[in-house]
Amino acid sequence: MRIWLAQHRAALRDALRRLAGAPLGNILSLLVIGIVLTLPAAGWLALDNLGKAVGNAAGSQQISIFLNPDAERRDIGEIESRLRTTVPGQWRFIARETALKRLQDTEGMAEIVASLPRNPLPDAFVIEPADTRPDSLETLAGAFREWPKVAHVQLDSAWIKRFDAFLRIARLALSLLGGLLAAALVAVTFNTIRLQILAQADEIEVARLIGATDAFIRRPFQYYGALQGAFGGLLASLLIAVGSHLLSGPVGELVALYGGSFALHGPSSRDALLLTAAGAALGWLGAAFSVALHLRRETP
Amino acid sequence: MIVASALTKRYPEGREALAGVSFEIADGEMAFITGHSGAGKSTLFRLMAGIERPTSGSIVVNGQNLAALRKGAVPYLRRNFGLIFQDQKLLFDRNVLANVMLPLAIVGLPHREAERRALAALDKVGLHGREKALPIALSGGEQQRLAIARAVVNRPAILLADEPTANLDAASAADILEIFRAFHQVGVTVIVATHDPQWMARLSPRILRLEQGRLLAGGTA
Repeated sequence: MRIWLAQHRAALRDALRRLAGAPLGNILSLLVIGIVLTLPAAGWLALDNLGKAVGNAAGSQQISIFLNPDAERRDIGEIESRLRTTVPGQWRFIARETALKRLQDTEGMAEIVASLPRNPLPDAFVIEPADTRPDSLETLAGAFREWPKVAHVQLDSAWIKRFDAFLRIARLALSLLGGLLAAALVAVTFNTIRLQILAQADEIEVARLIGATDAFIRRPFQYYGALQGAFGGLLASLLIAVGSHLLSGPVGELVALYGGSFALHGPSSRDALLLTAAGAALGWLGAAFSVALHLRRETP
Repeated sequence: MIVASALTKRYPEGREALAGVSFEIADGEMAFITGHSGAGKSTLFRLMAGIERPTSGSIVVNGQNLAALRKGAVPYLRRNFGLIFQDQKLLFDRNVLANVMLPLAIVGLPHREAERRALAALDKVGLHGREKALPIALSGGEQQRLAIARAVVNRPAILLADEPTANLDAASAADILEIFRAFHQVGVTVIVATHDPQWMARLSPRILRLEQGRLLAGGTA
């Protein structure tokens, strides 16, 4: 075990030495890897932000229940009781007189309302459910329609459903793009390691002849690939964090113009860790492929 | 102990480098494999070192049949040998000390201990003080001594050398063979493939004479 750990330490040292040994080439490789990782990760973060923004908008999503004109005080009490017991969230009752008064107070409506022979507006409830998922809202609205003395239930969730569908497609497209770019990263590392192997072909040959196992040969290259990928992941996290920071102000102003409030969030430390780990894993994989191919070709 | 039985090596193009070669080399013995160019010496060297596999027959080293050895076990077998190649196979971008430390890094010896043993090996072959030099700065004889230091640093039981005195002047070749004699005297099995007969009388080794892939004689010079 001690020997195994010592060999891993030596391989890591060797990989770090190689990284430091060719700074310009490695910086360029890191940039490529960083950008390759930035694209899907930034896309995921953007979708996450959009999802949260939609969640905020959906948070004020309302369901309106309009009662039959013949609904009486007792019927209203029954609905209040049902809302209290079955619907988590907030709700308020708007009496038909109150609704007419509001309409009357609206600019330009006073004369029209005054000309009406009777109040045409129904009693209504406005509900803001705690669960704002499109499916839940739809189910709730369906349940309200079955309640007695309910004439009409209005739920304007179509746009949320459309947006939800858009998010699903965007996530799928981003997953495909992420897969392609991950393959590209593996290919980039594969090629980088292949060039290193060619440069050290003599050393590899000698080491094998005097008793080095394939694992011993592979190890420094795999560490190199993993380190390069990990540094690329860190760079991608940094790029996304800087981008989020620069965009958060303008996005906040834009949302404010539409009367909302939304703060763009950058990558969390967990996101950065995940991105670093993904970069390391892909780099390791590319290096492992590259060395395995070389060793297979060179084995008599 | 090395036991070869009906050892045959035929290359894909049809050339038969060895044909039914059988011999035994006891522990601590010194044996020279001789013959003209193309006699099969280097092929036998490669088969004994596990670098190639025989087409038929068997070669057993310390109880392990190399012909039947699984691929993953070959590196561990090679660690029993100190291998000295005709072209030395030195790493010219690493200094003398790093070249000698390579086999010790492979077996996972701690750096400090590896350095101590590498320096001792360099001392034995007369390269003390040349640790920091690059191999390119060494003479032909010194390069061969460096190759020997790398081969013996792991304290192998068997030293296997392929044409170790080729391209060396007489004085350097004599030095190299004296080093082999010294290792033989401390119990190391020394097997040397050479086409140069002038050293045999001096060292009195057992001779395995090959001609066109066949073993003609085995005895003492």
